[in-house]
Amino acid sequence: MISPETSPPRSSSQSPRSPPAAPFLYISVTDPVKLGNGVQAYISYRVITRTNLPEFQGPEKIVIRRYSDFVWLHDRLAEKYKGIFIPPLPEKSAVEKFRFSTEFIEMRRQALDIFINRIASHPELKQSEDLRTFLQEDEETMERARSQETGIFKKPADLIQIFKDVQTKVSDVVLGKEKPVEETDPEYEKLKHYIFGLEDHLAETQKQAFRLVKRHRELGQSLSDFGKAMKLLGACEGNSLGKVFSELGAKSELLSIKLQKEAHNLLMNFEEPLKDYVRAVQSIKVTFADRANAFRQHCELAETTKLKEINLDKLNLMRSDKVREAEMEYRELKAESEQATRRFETIVRLMNEEIVRFQEQKTADMGLAFHQFAKGQAKLANDIADAWRSVLPKIEACSVSSHHG
Amino acid sequence: MMGLEAFLGFASIRARKERESLARSDAAASDCRTAIPSSLPSDVDPLLFPIPRGGDSPPPSSSSVLEPPSYADVVFSPFESSNGASDQGPFLRLDASPRSARAVASDYRRIAVSDPQTEVEASNSLVPGGTTYVTYLITTRVRPGSDDAGPEFSVRRRFRDVVTLADRLSEAYRGFFIPPRPDKNLVDSQIMQKHEFVEHRRLALEKYLRRLAEHPVIGKSDELRVFLQEKGKLPLPTTTDVASRMMDGAVRLPKQLFGEWAAAQVASQDIVQPAKGGRDLLRIFKELKQAVVNDWSGVKPSVVEDKEFLERKEKMQDLEWQLTPASQQAEALIRSQQDVGEIMGGLGLTFIKLIKFETEESVYRSQRIRVADTKNVATAAVKASRLYQELNAHTVKHLDTLHEYLGLMVAVRSAFSDRTSTLLTVQTLMSDLTTLNTRVEKLEAASSKIFGGDRSRLRKVDELRETIRVTEDAKSCAIREYDRIKKNNRNELDRLDREKHDDFLSMLKGFVINQVGYSEKIASVWATVAEETSRYARDNN
Repeated sequence: MISPETSPPRSSSQSPRSPPAAPFLYISVTDPVKLGNGVQAYISYRVITRTNLPEFQGPEKIVIRRYSDFVWLHDRLAEKYKGIFIPPLPEKSAVEKFRFSTEFIEMRRQALDIFINRIASHPELKQSEDLRTFLQEDEETMERARSQETGIFKKPADLIQIFKDVQTKVSDVVLGKEKPVEETDPEYEKLKHYIFGLEDHLAETQKQAFRLVKRHRELGQSLSDFGKAMKLLGACEGNSLGKVFSELGAKSELLSIKLQKEAHNLLMNFEEPLKDYVRAVQSIKVTFADRANAFRQHCELAETTKLKEINLDKLNLMRSDKVREAEMEYRELKAESEQATRRFETIVRLMNEEIVRFQEQKTADMGLAFHQFAKGQAKLANDIADAWRSVLPKIEACSVSSHHG
Repeated sequence: MMGLEAFLGFASIRARKERESLARSDAAASDCRTAIPSSLPSDVDPLLFPIPRGGDSPPPSSSSVLEPPSYADVVFSPFESSNGASDQGPFLRLDASPRSARAVASDYRRIAVSDPQTEVEASNSLVPGGTTYVTYLITTRVRPGSDDAGPEFSVRRRFRDVVTLADRLSEAYRGFFIPPRPDKNLVDSQIMQKHEFVEHRRLALEKYLRRLAEHPVIGKSDELRVFLQEKGKLPLPTTTDVASRMMDGAVRLPKQLFGEWAAAQVASQDIVQPAKGGRDLLRIFKELKQAVVNDWSGVKPSVVEDKEFLERKEKMQDLEWQLTPASQQAEALIRSQQDVGEIMGGLGLTFIKLIKFETEESVYRSQRIRVADTKNVATAAVKASRLYQELNAHTVKHLDTLHEYLGLMVAVRSAFSDRTSTLLTVQTLMSDLTTLNTRVEKLEAASSKIFGGDRSRLRKVDELRETIRVTEDAKSCAIREYDRIKKNNRNELDRLDREKHDDFLSMLKGFVINQVGYSEKIASVWATVAEETSRYARDNN
């Protein structure tokens, strides 16, 4: 029985007897368009949401978003969901923005698409109100929200907290440089060590992948030049040998094109995933910082609370009239401390789940990247073999004729 | 019959392939430090391309290293002349190339240059402290006529001797396309001693001597024989330096200028040599004047170049014009291919390091799966890298033909200029004769007007007639020489056309076959990995 509220997804059958559709949320980031002029130029994207979830306004919604909107969403999620590895964004790029090459635009679009879909498939993040805002609100609301970034923090304590957060993020507290309050969980230590090492290795790998892309392009260029030279030499030779040279030259130029294609494929489907991996690891480091802060808060508040308790007992013994005030303070502080402890424990719990998910996701992501890489290389090599092989008949014809001639 | 050969080929190739992939995967797995390009056995002529001999890469059971490119050439072997090479790798079959056919035809079975030694110049030179030079051991095995080993000779020569040989050959064999000798290097002796330079020169010398031996005419020359076989000092006249020639010429010039014609005439046999700077100043002036007359006056000399030759000459120039970029682009292509191979190897190594790291810290099952996947890719990358580098080594060998023919163009130009300068000499002498004859006529006419003859004039006439006789002789020599050079040019051009056709075809064929073969191998390496990781693509869909 289909309930009247759920509308069936477009792609599934329209039969009235089909069971209620499974909940889904598909988002795509498409259609990059350059807007604005000169320094203020930016790229806008169409974000299309198709869903049957009740929280959303209808089966399909299209909005226009720009990169800073994505940044807004990312920062909101990072603020609200400490402990979760927020999917990484492609880099802000102050320089390339001006050039806006087709390649850059495509890479960014792909990365944003992956970003938003990862959020949509994360069990916690997908429920975020900010996500819904992002996916559904019109552009004006979005712009207002974006510019109100700094206005959401009302309490000065929060402001101070941001300060401290920034400080700690910058000063690399996680590596335990002379900071007194630190977790001593050996497994967590191991994880930290792993993540830091992993970042280095991945960065190196990504660099090599990028170099490989460049070399492919250079080889493509060489093949093109070589092909031209061979054709000219063929024109000089004349008759059947000349034809062989020409054919060789033509195939060489053909292969040049194939190499450029493969270079592009390598860039989008191998190098980018590696870069994405690096970004993901960096996002984890941010969570480390969050965890360290939460731990520190929890410790500090716990200590302060204990001191307050001791003080309270003292006052009680002395039957001072400050007791009631002190008791209220104590209770407040205790609540805060418990809150801090809960925050910390949430983060720990979330992180443990997130790590498992991260490893699994990365195995899948890298598996796919490897597959694309291998497939691309195999196809390229086969194309090369085919192209050169097609020259052989002409060569044979030439040698046969020369034997008879 | 062909089918059986092909089948055998297939079987042996497959067996070798498996051996190789096993060896390689072991090597890759165990040894993460050295994905150095694989070694090639030493009988492959490394030429100019330095192939680092990898340390602990493929095991010595590496006929796999020489492994035949692929099925491709087995498929095409019906067109090949049956070399009876059923289990010789097609690589060796390619070696039964036109070049080796020529080598077989030469008098010399084998020439090798080795063992560079530094010796001190025992000279009374102005430079204090002896300068040093390098000598090379040159061993030659002569082909007696049967297949058995003929006598072997070994001599020590220094580079100066090679220059002497080259110079004597260029004098003796005018009109021939003489293979160009290795460059002199006018750098200080410090650099000359450097191992790399010496090695480079050694290879170049070897190649040069072999090319000389392969030449159908020069290979049989006395000069070469003496160079290769006479022990001790090289018994060829050394090249005179410019200074002493200038002095020589300066001595003779006054005689020539002050009209002692007979004495001043260059001896007929010398006319055969081009006018050398310094020695034959007068002759040079005359020939220069003739050249100007040829170009600027309306008068066409009676002997000129024939049209057919000029057409062929133009074709040669065209060829040289095209060979230069072709040779450069070939080099660039090889470098690019090399770069791709190197980075691929580097990528593989980086992955291997990553694997090591992740394995140490492995906690989750998904991690272990990822490590396994990464290992496949890393191994494939290292394999592919090696294949690229092997392919490149072969490509160098083939495309080197372009460089060689470019070098040969220099020899061609030189042969053509021999012809041109000889023609100029003929034309000059003919002009001389015309002038002399005119003078005789004038003198005789003037003398006949005087009764009883004019003693002094008649004496002059006799002198002139003597000069004319000498000049006629010289002219005959020069014409003979010109005809000789023309014939040499023609034969050489025909030979060049034939050999170029064969060599180019062989080059293209070798290049293409190697590309096909190695690309197929690389494709199969990656296809395996693609297959192994295909489930990720399915899951994604």
